Amino acid sequence: MENKKLRIALAGNPNSGKTTLFNKLTGSNQFVGNWPGVTVEKKEGRLIVDKEVILTDLPGIYSLSPYTLEEVVARNYLIEEKPDAILNIVDATNLERNLYLTTQLTELGIPVVIALNMMDLVKKSGDSIHVKELSRQLGCRIVEISALKGDGVKEAATAAIEAAKNGKTIPQHSFSGPVEHALAHIEEVTVHNLPEERQRWYAIKLFERDEKVLEGLQITDEVKAHIENDIAAAEKELDDDAESIITNERYIYIGQMLKGIYKKKGTGQLTVSDKIDKIVTNRILALPIFVVVMFLVYALSMGTSIADGGVSIGTFLTDWTNDVLGGAWLTDGSRAILEGWGVAPWLVGLISDGIFAGVGAVLGFVPQMLVLFLMLCLLEDCGYMARIAFIMDRIFRRFGLSGKSFIPMLVATGCGIPGVMASRTIENERDRRMTVTTTTFMPCGAKMPIIGLIAGALFGGSTWVATSAYFIGVAAIVISGIMLKKTKMFAGDPAPFVMELPAYHLPAWGNVLRGTWERGWSFIKRAGTVIVISSIIIWFLTSFGTVNGRFGMVDDLYEDEEVVTDEYIAVVADRMGVPEDEVEPMDDSILARVAQPVSIVFKPLGFGDWKPTAATVTGLVAKEEVVANFGIMYAYDDQDGEEELEENGDQIWDRVSEDFDSFSGGHGKLAAYAFMIFNLLCAPCFAAMGAIKREMNSGKWTMFAIGYQCCFAWVIAFIVWQVGRLFAGGVNVIGLLLALVLLALIVWQLLKPYKEAQKLSVH
Amino acid sequence: MKTLRDTMVGETVKVVKLHGEGAVKRRIMDMGITKGVEVYVRKLAPLGDPIEINVRNYELSIRKADAEMIEVE
Repeated sequence: MENKKLRIALAGNPNSGKTTLFNKLTGSNQFVGNWPGVTVEKKEGRLIVDKEVILTDLPGIYSLSPYTLEEVVARNYLIEEKPDAILNIVDATNLERNLYLTTQLTELGIPVVIALNMMDLVKKSGDSIHVKELSRQLGCRIVEISALKGDGVKEAATAAIEAAKNGKTIPQHSFSGPVEHALAHIEEVTVHNLPEERQRWYAIKLFERDEKVLEGLQITDEVKAHIENDIAAAEKELDDDAESIITNERYIYIGQMLKGIYKKKGTGQLTVSDKIDKIVTNRILALPIFVVVMFLVYALSMGTSIADGGVSIGTFLTDWTNDVLGGAWLTDGSRAILEGWGVAPWLVGLISDGIFAGVGAVLGFVPQMLVLFLMLCLLEDCGYMARIAFIMDRIFRRFGLSGKSFIPMLVATGCGIPGVMASRTIENERDRRMTVTTTTFMPCGAKMPIIGLIAGALFGGSTWVATSAYFIGVAAIVISGIMLKKTKMFAGDPAPFVMELPAYHLPAWGNVLRGTWERGWSFIKRAGTVIVISSIIIWFLTSFGTVNGRFGMVDDLYEDEEVVTDEYIAVVADRMGVPEDEVEPMDDSILARVAQPVSIVFKPLGFGDWKPTAATVTGLVAKEEVVANFGIMYAYDDQDGEEELEENGDQIWDRVSEDFDSFSGGHGKLAAYAFMIFNLLCAPCFAAMGAIKREMNSGKWTMFAIGYQCCFAWVIAFIVWQVGRLFAGGVNVIGLLLALVLLALIVWQLLKPYKEAQKLSVH
Repeated sequence: MKTLRDTMVGETVKVVKLHGEGAVKRRIMDMGITKGVEVYVRKLAPLGDPIEINVRNYELSIRKADAEMIEVE
């Protein structure tokens, strides 16, 4: 036994100071991951007092019921992995509800040590807790701690290690006569062959008719029927269902135990927290305060840069990173160095334009995200985040979202990546997945140039185009939310919205900074890999191709007069539908070749031409690439003395307008609007897809989210183009009918009655 | 039958019985709303739902639809 590494599980209610204690116990020796198959975060670390001991931070839970994902994750770990001890953190200011979990933990047959947190606050309020007596009654050792100040933390760790080596916890509480009678029977007929110390836990769960435990034990129908008699007898005698009987009796037991132990001297005066809450969630003031807080969060992280007279530190640093670090140092710098070394041009292109440009794009977002995450961590740690859910719940729950979904959506108007990542504060997995799927419908900053281009080129710069883009974004979220929440995929977690509103307190800076860094780092890691790989692929697709039968870098091949003959130019010009002097090397790139057949997909949307298709594809790298690509494709050349292409493509507006009119049969405006809608709603850039993958923690869900976004974008653009032509002229009867059918399906799904699921589908 | 939903802000009531079943009922009970416990209705959210209550010495927010399942006196 000496050589075996000890494993201790840290369990406790949410808001009990568990994260603070975990950080104090493990310091920097932490590994963050996910519990297998779910989006619940898993943290492990080595104890500072003994590096050989591994501490696993279980999700914050109130109970070990089979109904919430966190509880299932926690109890599966406790039952299947059998840690050597449980360190149970208990908030002394909230004893009753915290001990409710303790009574369940002590039944597992694993030694339990209690870390009684916030005793200093209890003493300060004049109340007192007879700790020795509490320890005796619960049958486990109690160490008084202050996780925030670090008092008693070492002692708690040492006590847990001792208990892991040779401790034993025997549950001291008993249930009423009829229940105990049934439990004895159940133990005898079902679990007598299991280790003795675990029998009670299983018996109680069987009494509660816990389906997950029933499945796991594979009890025969005969035995099931037998114990069902015992359960029914107890239910009849106590006039309640089995599950409620157990829950009820636990609370009754705790109440009676605390009578002699907890002496309340509190005068019933309002605490500071109560006073703050009176103002912050006041019926009249709550919404204005909420707006101000949200404005600050946005303005500081994503708003106007300090350099431009705003207040945003995040934007300032991001601009600097993009322009100086990413643009000048990484891309241009690496190019100069590599060329100096005499590296082959294609390799220079790959490293500088492919990899470093990609890395630069990722790094650029980091400062904005860190500022944003810092503020989100602050809001969470001080207790305001729970109030946001309280204030916004009524609106958002209609769309299958959480009140906390407001923040991701707001942030996504700046950038979708931190928007997606901000969804991590949402507890309910279903709400979180819904938020991740729909957040990027908001038009982000990088989509603004696309809107500018379309508005300028075809709508005379009308501002309603941009306004309608926001309207479409919000409508897409609302419609998707209502439609998706009625699908089987989202009918997962039936837990009602009963949410604790924790007391306000000053943020613990250690927690806040650590939380900020963890989120930032997880972005750099995951989104980084995705964007680097995808940048390389897109770089390859745009740089390489077959020119007159020879494969290679198109730029190089075009310099070879033997390859690019006049006849060949004529062929390309004919294929691309451009005059011969406008033929570009890129016309022969793999991307252009692929875009040609792929553009068929967009034919029913009105922009089935290779140029908008290629622009849409490159938009996956970064949405601002769309306009830059239009520049290249519409032969804007900034090298012959002309100034650089404007962000909204000012100089090519005429050419774009003409081209859209020509390939859409004179309906340029409609085609361009459909093009804009598709680009606003379809899959976001690769970096945002990376963030979606990170938050979904599942390939299947990531595919679903991106697939849904693309399909939804296609359907909406299709409806706009087909129905729009009804007014613009030139109706395509089949297309119109199909569009009306799709529209009817959407309306039907919107109006279909909604039924809340009753079972937790995740195992 | 009076439920927590009908309780006025500022009122303290005692839970008589919990209706409903399964996950929803268990979750409500897990949070400490059990037979016989006293519940103080602290406030209504600015948009009229959910409500904020004090039970077993802590603050809890609960939707009106769920509060309807809690019979009080």
